[in-house]
Amino acid sequence: MGMDIPHLMASGMGGIRSAGDLVARMMYDKKMKLKDAKAYVAKKLGLDCVEIADECIMRDLREELGIGVVTGVPGAPRGIAAKMNIEKLLDIKINSCEKFRQSLKN
Amino acid sequence: MKMTQYYTRMGDGKRVQMTREEILSDIQAGTADAADMAGIPALNDDQIEHLIDIISCQDRVVGVAPGKEVVMTYDIGQLDFTGDNGNSGNGVDMGRLEAALLHERALGADTFELANSDYSIKPVKPIISMEKQTMEEIQQEIVAPFFYGAMPNMGLYYAPDGPYQNPADLMREFKIEESMAASEAAAEHLARDIEYVGTHIMAAGSDGFNFDTTGSAGDADFVGTLNGVKALRAACPEAYINVGAAGESVMGIHGMIEFEGTVCAGLYPHQQAQVIAQAGADVFGAVCNTNTSRSLAWNLARSVTFIKKAVEDSPIPVHVDMGMGVGGIPMKETPPVDAVARCNKAMVEIANVDGV
Repeated sequence: MGMDIPHLMASGMGGIRSAGDLVARMMYDKKMKLKDAKAYVAKKLGLDCVEIADECIMRDLREELGIGVVTGVPGAPRGIAAKMNIEKLLDIKINSCEKFRQSLKN
Repeated sequence: MKMTQYYTRMGDGKRVQMTREEILSDIQAGTADAADMAGIPALNDDQIEHLIDIISCQDRVVGVAPGKEVVMTYDIGQLDFTGDNGNSGNGVDMGRLEAALLHERALGADTFELANSDYSIKPVKPIISMEKQTMEEIQQEIVAPFFYGAMPNMGLYYAPDGPYQNPADLMREFKIEESMAASEAAAEHLARDIEYVGTHIMAAGSDGFNFDTTGSAGDADFVGTLNGVKALRAACPEAYINVGAAGESVMGIHGMIEFEGTVCAGLYPHQQAQVIAQAGADVFGAVCNTNTSRSLAWNLARSVTFIKKAVEDSPIPVHVDMGMGVGGIPMKETPPVDAVARCNKAMVEIANVDGV
């Protein structure tokens, strides 16, 4: 509580509440600095860099895109399914999705 | 006329009152200390003024403007819920899947990680199959990038816990060459273990690996980790690799050990960033430790000075370490919310970090 919540309140993107997971993926996948990672994600989402951290916008957009939502929605993609949609959205490969595909027969 | 007093904190978390002039004086001393130690620029007048405003603001919680948000990475994984007070853990037993999903869906985590209860590389080797199984299970459910996290913790490779003689004991006997040889052997062992654990966990679908408190056992620990990172990068080009340091200066216990031609003893954050990037990491976790006898103003100014230079010089993104006792944050099991929020805002707005 002493760490997670104050950091989230002060400057956190909020993960899948907004587009924080997507920005983090670009940072780690392509070594993009924050500004470039945000710009890349914003462009892919058709938003600007303020809007991608706005949970009011991102909540509905994430459900529409099938990339995982923060609330429990029966039938909405989550886990591997959501990450496969993120791969297409961001034009990247995600290791767990690759391993999942390799485990399928045919 | 009585000077206005502002509530602020000491490095141990204790609440104190200071005047604006006292805060300014401590900020100037803190930034000068960092600048002098690392040979880097001190904060300029505008940055000092900004820092005074952040520290003297009497709102309980402060934050950044819309559009200035950053992403968060985490150390210790689920142990912040399940661990004991040594890790500021809550002592609440729960499954690692539940803890990961709670961080993602209830605590707004941009990334998260799986951790072994010892949180060190070495003890993971005999239980790697269990860790892979849990990684595979959590990856089925989680959306955010999910790492495996552990400390290199090279101290575990020395007697009585490990196969090599303790370099400090050897130095006390004036066996300097033997001490250096023990450090080098332990570093090679550590690098092999990092490659073993890292490649196995990547095979289980992990997004990557978070190396926490790199260099905690000195410069040989730092070099051993970088060699392990290099091997992991070669084996798993797809891995997301985060290397977090243990302090603002790499302790020179060996003193001369090198990573690809760079002597690592005494490297400061802006120099650590170069070799960490060279080893193949994607993100550097820069650290500055807190002095509990000094004020928040002194600690935060000193920390922002180190980290700002690291961000400017680093070829890869920098996520500043901001747990208890680092990044200006008081060394306390229950870090005060007002202090954490102030340190966070200063790191984002003045040091321009890519993440926390």
